Amino acid sequence: MNDRQKVALDSLTGVISNIYDQLDRGDIPAMNLPMRSKKNIEFDTRHNVWTYGDLKTARTAKTVQGAVSMLRTAYTTDFINDMIREGKSSTLREMYYISEGWHNAKFHTQDESNLLAEDLETITGCMREDFKLRPEESGAHVYGDLNFTTITTKGTWKTNNCIDDVPETGFAVPYKVENDTFQIKPGNVKFIMAIETGGMFARLIENGFPEQYNCALVHLSGQPARSTRRLIKRLNEEFNLPVTVFTDGDPWSFRIYASVAYGAIKTAHISEYLATPTAQFIGITPSDILNYDLPTDKLSDKDIGALNAELSDPRFADEYWVNEIQAMLSMGKKAEQQALAKYGLEYATGVYLPEKLTDMGIL
Amino acid sequence: MPSEKDVKTAAAPKKTAQAYKLESKQQEISVTEFFEKNKQILGFDSRSKSLLMGIKEAVDNSLDNCEEANILPEVTVRIERLNDEDYKVSIEDNGTGITHKAMPNVFGRLLYGSRFHALRQSRGQQGIGISATIMYGNITTGKPAHAVSKIEGEDEVGWEMDIFIDTKTNRPVITNDRATPWEGKEHGTLIQYTTKGRYITGKQSIFEYLKETAIVNPHAQITFYDPDGTKTVFERATDIMPPRPKEIKPHPEGMEIGDLFKYAGNTQQKNMKAFLRNDFSRITDRLATEILELSKVKETKKPSDLSREDAIAILDAIKKVKIMAPPTDCLSPIGDTLIKKGLMHVLDGLRPEYYATPVTRSPKAVNGNPFVVEAGIVYGGDIPSDGQVQIYRFANRVPLLFKQGDCAITKAISEMDWRRYGLEQRGGKGIPYGPAIILVHVASTKVPFTSEGKEAVASFPELQSEIGLALRLCARNLKSHLNKQERKNKTHAKFEIVQEILPDMAEKVSTHLNKPVPDLSRTITKIMNVVWVEPEVKKENKKLRTITYTIYNYTTQPRSIRLHAQVPKEAVNLSLFSGEYFLDMNDEGKANWEIKDLAPSTSTKVTFELSGEMADTFDADDIYFSGLNPVIVMGAEMLPGDWGIKGLDIVQTTEDDLVPEDEEDVQEAEDLDDE
Repeated sequence: MNDRQKVALDSLTGVISNIYDQLDRGDIPAMNLPMRSKKNIEFDTRHNVWTYGDLKTARTAKTVQGAVSMLRTAYTTDFINDMIREGKSSTLREMYYISEGWHNAKFHTQDESNLLAEDLETITGCMREDFKLRPEESGAHVYGDLNFTTITTKGTWKTNNCIDDVPETGFAVPYKVENDTFQIKPGNVKFIMAIETGGMFARLIENGFPEQYNCALVHLSGQPARSTRRLIKRLNEEFNLPVTVFTDGDPWSFRIYASVAYGAIKTAHISEYLATPTAQFIGITPSDILNYDLPTDKLSDKDIGALNAELSDPRFADEYWVNEIQAMLSMGKKAEQQALAKYGLEYATGVYLPEKLTDMGIL
Repeated sequence: MPSEKDVKTAAAPKKTAQAYKLESKQQEISVTEFFEKNKQILGFDSRSKSLLMGIKEAVDNSLDNCEEANILPEVTVRIERLNDEDYKVSIEDNGTGITHKAMPNVFGRLLYGSRFHALRQSRGQQGIGISATIMYGNITTGKPAHAVSKIEGEDEVGWEMDIFIDTKTNRPVITNDRATPWEGKEHGTLIQYTTKGRYITGKQSIFEYLKETAIVNPHAQITFYDPDGTKTVFERATDIMPPRPKEIKPHPEGMEIGDLFKYAGNTQQKNMKAFLRNDFSRITDRLATEILELSKVKETKKPSDLSREDAIAILDAIKKVKIMAPPTDCLSPIGDTLIKKGLMHVLDGLRPEYYATPVTRSPKAVNGNPFVVEAGIVYGGDIPSDGQVQIYRFANRVPLLFKQGDCAITKAISEMDWRRYGLEQRGGKGIPYGPAIILVHVASTKVPFTSEGKEAVASFPELQSEIGLALRLCARNLKSHLNKQERKNKTHAKFEIVQEILPDMAEKVSTHLNKPVPDLSRTITKIMNVVWVEPEVKKENKKLRTITYTIYNYTTQPRSIRLHAQVPKEAVNLSLFSGEYFLDMNDEGKANWEIKDLAPSTSTKVTFELSGEMADTFDADDIYFSGLNPVIVMGAEMLPGDWGIKGLDIVQTTEDDLVPEDEEDVQEAEDLDDE
């Protein structure tokens, strides 16, 4: 058991003791948790990220929902305790299945088990990796002149260069990228570009973009996993590499950028570990759609709803985003990254990105 | 079809012997031949419908006959498939039987029947039914019908004969007329005929007709053999016969000129005054004089001498004088208990969650015609929930399976906003959706049908409004059940917390910390802070139920509470009176229990049995309490003010009862979609 794990275990036991004491006093067990909604995120000026504010929700055993989640906390603590002792770890999905034997505390959906893990993080201030819980999703893929040194299952260290030693799909990022198991040595890389879609990631590799511009590509594959965001954060913080984000031009992609740059609402309790406040958005912006005359799709009702929700999201409450979001609402259109192919396969790497990156002062 | 009325109207003013002769001839020729050419008017318009209509006429007759004679009906319907479209149908009953002499005319002559002039709530209202069926069989297959009948009496034998109807003369042709012992049958009638038809299943099938008939005739036992030989028995649900409908004289209001001539021609009375006073309901001596004065018709005039001008004047006068509405005791509604009973009996297989207490409206009269409306709703269970509700329509205890869209009942249902009663309905109009069956019964001495086929009730404002009122009352019951159900779910949620989750939690945290398991009673009391009444019904067998109410005191103080329920008096037995907490029961079956000083964190049980055929009519959820502040009682309703029991004033509690707050968890993490 390492120190982090001991801290985690002690805090969990603290939660359990609290429930016990309330029951012993004849009270209705209750817990206070930070409210996890956009109403309760604040800008943390120290870390330049968005974190939870002071609003709390009271969870009490008066409601079935509250009582069940406390019972789950008790079961989960027991389970984590056992794992730490036995040196095992489990995926969130495995925990979901293990809960089959937990009677009333059983998780009915994977979401419930994920939510509980996040609850425990916010209550204890630890990370779920400290609880020996890992996410199901694999991290993203990285391509570019970076050297990663990782521990193999045999316990030896191995270094890979993310151009020379990897297939064309790039280096697969593990779920845990902390320095104790994952060491980074940048090669000739000057900046990082996080890319939403696999198609654009492959296009840039095929066109030799990373080599030409000394850039490392990180494939986000939709909403980025924690380890992906953590890796981007480390590359930025520890090696001063500027980070850019290249996504589709639609409301959901804006949220992908926001979670990389400002922190996601769901994980705002650990934004300081995950968010990269200096990350810059390349596009596709609504202005790009007009300036580059890109093929578009009509905004759906859901898209419009998402855009309006973003207007009340404090993370987007600056002049740039308000203008862009309103521009998209008024044109009623959205466009994909790969719409750039309208002008040929070389257009993204030969014209669009150099132009945009020059404007942003990266090139 | 030219009815007798039309013919009379045209012929009466002439009154010559020649004209009368002609008239009677016209009638005989036209009625039968007219029918042959216009079968669809009587409902014989498709093969599948013809098969049903014949059975319907015969079964209606059997039930009417048994009712008149106060016999609990046993009706057996049997259908055999001879080939693709020929069927042999037989309907047997245990009615009074028909005398040998009357048999040919009853079965073999159209418009022959005892009911044509009577004003009384009855199923068949014209004598056209069974003979039309027989004629249809004769015409389509060329085979005679076969009838067997036996009347009550030691010396009586049965008679059987083959009957063919001569369509030219409207006269029966009888062959093979002979006596038969009909062993094992005391009295009754069997009619058997071969007919073209098509046997179908579904909403407009013979099975559906018999099933719905069984619902509104819970006193009847109906046995059905379908063409595959499958036997279905709709068992008798009650031995209580419906009261025999009384005959009434016609009421003058709403009478048409043809009716007046018909009555005047048939009367035994010697003068107009006696005719008006004796042959109509609600016409007093004074009123008769007033009508005749107003219409300037002599009191002494012979009714048969009535002229067309006289008739018009009398009808005008009738409109001007004030006549009491017709008596309504001639109607025989099914009644709420028996509707429920019938529904429960037949729909048991669907395990409905709730039978809304049926509503029987008080009778109303319009245009001299009394009518009464009844309604019931069945909800939940295995009743399909994905489509429109099923509508069971009845007129004088006869199911209406066709022309649903034309019917006043459907209109009344469609015009209600069912959304406020817990059913789905697009735009608050039209037939609602959901797991429900809506039953409406219209009973009248003269149900206004939209056509001679008697398939849909014609709409008029007073009827619409009565149906609407009955449905609303019923729907309110449904809504209050649904509300109760929702409250119950909330209660159960709390029960789950204190009975399962908290003990589990205490156990788990204690083990983890290696400490003794804490006593939970104070926490539980704080969470619940109620006296909780939990009903439970155990079905021991078909006619025995054990009812248990468990009373939990989840408060901090000893509590006393009285419980009240209306139990079916016929079903109670000694177990009720010998119960520990039993106080008393009144004549209406309102029973009272009292539990004194139930200690905190303890529970006790009130248990009793219900036996007999009314046992299943008790809804254990209908439990009331008194003597405690309603905010600290769950699972029972506060005793309503109109319950009518003395000495059960609510004791005001002064202690600071903690009112359970209905705190719901604040919506957590409402926008979690960004990871």
